[in-house]
Amino acid sequence: MDQELLRVSGLTRYYGSRVGCRDVSFSLWPGEVLAIVGESGSGKSTLLSLLSGRLAPTAGDVSYRDRDGRWLSLPNLSEADRRRLQRTDLGVVHQNPRDGLRMRVSAGGNIGERLMALGHRHYGRLRGTGLDWMERVELDPQRIDDHPSAFSGGMQQRLQIARNLVTEPRLVFMDEPTSGLDVSVQARLLDLLRHLVASLGLAVVLVTHDLAVARILAHRMMVMRGGEVVETGLADQVLDDPCHPYTQLLVSSILQA
Amino acid sequence: MYVAVKGGEKAIAEAHALLARERRGDPAVPELSLDQIREQLSLSVDRVMSEGSLYDEDCAALAVKQARGDLVEAAFLLRAYRTTLPRFGYSLPADTSRMHVRRRISATFKDVPGGQLLGPTFDYTHRLLDWSLAGQSESDLPRDAEQEFPDPAPMPRVLDVLGREGIIEAEDRGDDPEPADLTRQPLDLPAARDVRLQNLARADEGFLLAMGYSSQRGFGTTHPFVGEIRMGEVEIEFAPEELGFPVTIGEITLTECETVNQFVGSGDARFTRGYGLTFGQGERKAMSMALVDRALRAPELGEEKKGPAQDAEFVLYHSDNVEASGFVQHLKLPHYVDFQSELVLVRGLRRAMREEESGHDS
Amino acid sequence: MTAETMQGYNYAYLDEQTKAMIRRAILKAVAIPGHQVPFGSREMPLPYGWGTGGIQITASIIGPLDVLKVIDQGSDDTTNAVSIRSFFARTAGVKTTTATEEATVIQTRHRIPEAPLTDGQIIVYQVPIPEPLRFMEPSESETRTMHALEEYGVMHVKLYEDIAEHGRIAKSYDYPVRVQSRYVMAPSPIPKFDNPKMHDSPALQLFGAGREKRIYAIPPHTRVESLDFEDHPFEIQKWDEACAICGARDSFLDEILTDDRGGRMFVCSDSDHCARRVREDC
Repeated sequence: MDQELLRVSGLTRYYGSRVGCRDVSFSLWPGEVLAIVGESGSGKSTLLSLLSGRLAPTAGDVSYRDRDGRWLSLPNLSEADRRRLQRTDLGVVHQNPRDGLRMRVSAGGNIGERLMALGHRHYGRLRGTGLDWMERVELDPQRIDDHPSAFSGGMQQRLQIARNLVTEPRLVFMDEPTSGLDVSVQARLLDLLRHLVASLGLAVVLVTHDLAVARILAHRMMVMRGGEVVETGLADQVLDDPCHPYTQLLVSSILQA
Repeated sequence: MYVAVKGGEKAIAEAHALLARERRGDPAVPELSLDQIREQLSLSVDRVMSEGSLYDEDCAALAVKQARGDLVEAAFLLRAYRTTLPRFGYSLPADTSRMHVRRRISATFKDVPGGQLLGPTFDYTHRLLDWSLAGQSESDLPRDAEQEFPDPAPMPRVLDVLGREGIIEAEDRGDDPEPADLTRQPLDLPAARDVRLQNLARADEGFLLAMGYSSQRGFGTTHPFVGEIRMGEVEIEFAPEELGFPVTIGEITLTECETVNQFVGSGDARFTRGYGLTFGQGERKAMSMALVDRALRAPELGEEKKGPAQDAEFVLYHSDNVEASGFVQHLKLPHYVDFQSELVLVRGLRRAMREEESGHDS
Repeated sequence: MTAETMQGYNYAYLDEQTKAMIRRAILKAVAIPGHQVPFGSREMPLPYGWGTGGIQITASIIGPLDVLKVIDQGSDDTTNAVSIRSFFARTAGVKTTTATEEATVIQTRHRIPEAPLTDGQIIVYQVPIPEPLRFMEPSESETRTMHALEEYGVMHVKLYEDIAEHGRIAKSYDYPVRVQSRYVMAPSPIPKFDNPKMHDSPALQLFGAGREKRIYAIPPHTRVESLDFEDHPFEIQKWDEACAICGARDSFLDEILTDDRGGRMFVCSDSDHCARRVREDC
């Protein structure tokens, strides 16, 4: 916990003349959960794509400190190195599990893919790891050979999480992981996420429009509007004592709702 | 004792002989001449020239005859011949604004400079079988309108008129003087528009028709208007290096369709274009091609991909009937070995299951 | 060139520029074993899917001193093999043979001969679908990236799925291989029985996909491994029966239905191998 995991400086992305996000800077420490909140169109999804290396910035940098302590600039990494990092150290949990799962591959195959990509070649052990992770994300291990299409939305989301965590990444990006789920399913998933994040010491960048989700999971919060960060601070602090008028509006609207 | 099947060579020779007899049909019926095919089945000839990528009416007529009227097979014959021909170079771009127009219509303007010219079209025929054609005599041919009316003056292209107003995107003339050539270089994705248009010009008419149709029915809607269809003769010019100036090497018939499509932008809103061109008279294909060309521009115009007609990889890799027909039909070649491999596998799986079941029983 | 070749066409049908272009693609393919090299595949007088890739390779490398063998399903006598052989006899005037050891060039569809290939021989495979990743990933742009970045996890996912569902790897032909520990390659639809013959072969192995416009190669003495798991190792087909003609127990067998009541017999798919064994027994 002595050094940052991620350093972001002046991160900017334009789409033609339109601003996607502008001049975002922050640092993330190991084990820290950062929530990026804002309305749709505020630039939070653009920012997440930039951070996870799926989108090239117009300006600025994202640097990641790898397991050997070296700083790697994600935008300047070769495609091969970036993809390797995405398979080992990083994870992405998509809002729609269909974007993050192979729908025509069994649950076990989905969990094992990253390991196989890293050269694991023992079926029995891959299977064992699959069963173990089914249990850790509270899926019935007996359903390891079922396809994701036979799972409910909440189960698919848990499978997507297992598929990401199987290589023990250090940093996971989550894009609205609980939206689209029923409230009770949401609560259970949030509980699971909170438990996994704490027990694995994961750092997480979480994009959400739902301040309640941010309050449950996040240590720190960043509020975005029009592509820019308008307020940043400890999660409780931002939620209980918002400084920026926009944040005040956001917080009050959720309280009224 | 069993002896492995032999005699493939003899079987092939006999098959060819049978085919030759079938092609000729009843010898009591007079044989078709190439002239007859060229003159009376001219739309078949035109389609074969387009999909065979070779403008040669006599060769195409021969291909139609040899293929017993199977136009996809005929296009294949023409392609295989074309690939052996020496190449002298590229002609200058055909200037369709200087076309000697025989048909020209616009669906966007009631009247256009040069006027609307219906020309030889099936459009307003009532599709009733004409029993008078079943007979031999054709003494009452309609008069030849072209001999009564002088050549129409050159007609400006309708989209050029819109273009001068700036209300439609500029014509993509391409800066590359040497266009890509799919017959020399394999398709590479993403494919530029010159490559896509060449692919579509060679594409199977039925495939393009279905793709274009699907885009109209919501699988990638592009809101097309037919700006202009024109058909007629265009001079082809070639500039040999040793001469240094262009000379006319002949005249070919072309059908061109330009569509005016869904606009982009708001303050600087302008319409977009789709383009189709075929050898000979090929209006259905030219129109389909224009629809598909426009649909394939979805990514460059920032449109969401919603249908197969907008998916360049899907369209371009499956449009060619010579490729498609070969691969579909290769399934009738022997697959004894692959099938035997599958048999061994499936029997193994079944045996394993039976053994497992009997293991449970005991 | 020989006078007896087909009138109006160049030696071995293709013009010399095209042959040179194809030979350049072959050289590149040999230099990067297992890598699919795009090439300007020509329209051939035989349909796509019927061996145009193999024919173009053979046409580009064959010379008047070569001896050509053409097999389809292991046999010299199947109609397509006969047709391709006579094409080259007509257009290139080459000597043809059915004997594996006499041939300098062997064009094949779906088999590798049983007799071991030797130094100096070239075997040309006809390939329908050159992309081994195609059935997991339909997009060409994506599969090319996967090859470039050596991103092959998905291949083992496929094998994992087979074992999970069937208890074994359910790929019986066109069984993917890894060439020289780098590229994953489709060996064309040969039975997996033939896969081990590709490994460390003294012959040059060339693969041509005409419709898909790709050429790839395995140079002599190259490492070729069939993909598998440590605890589910690659294995080849076995038969309980022996060849009903020559008695072979170590060759790939075709099943022949002899009546409509379930009667069947098994004979060598490699007709030259079978005939040789019968001759040598006498």
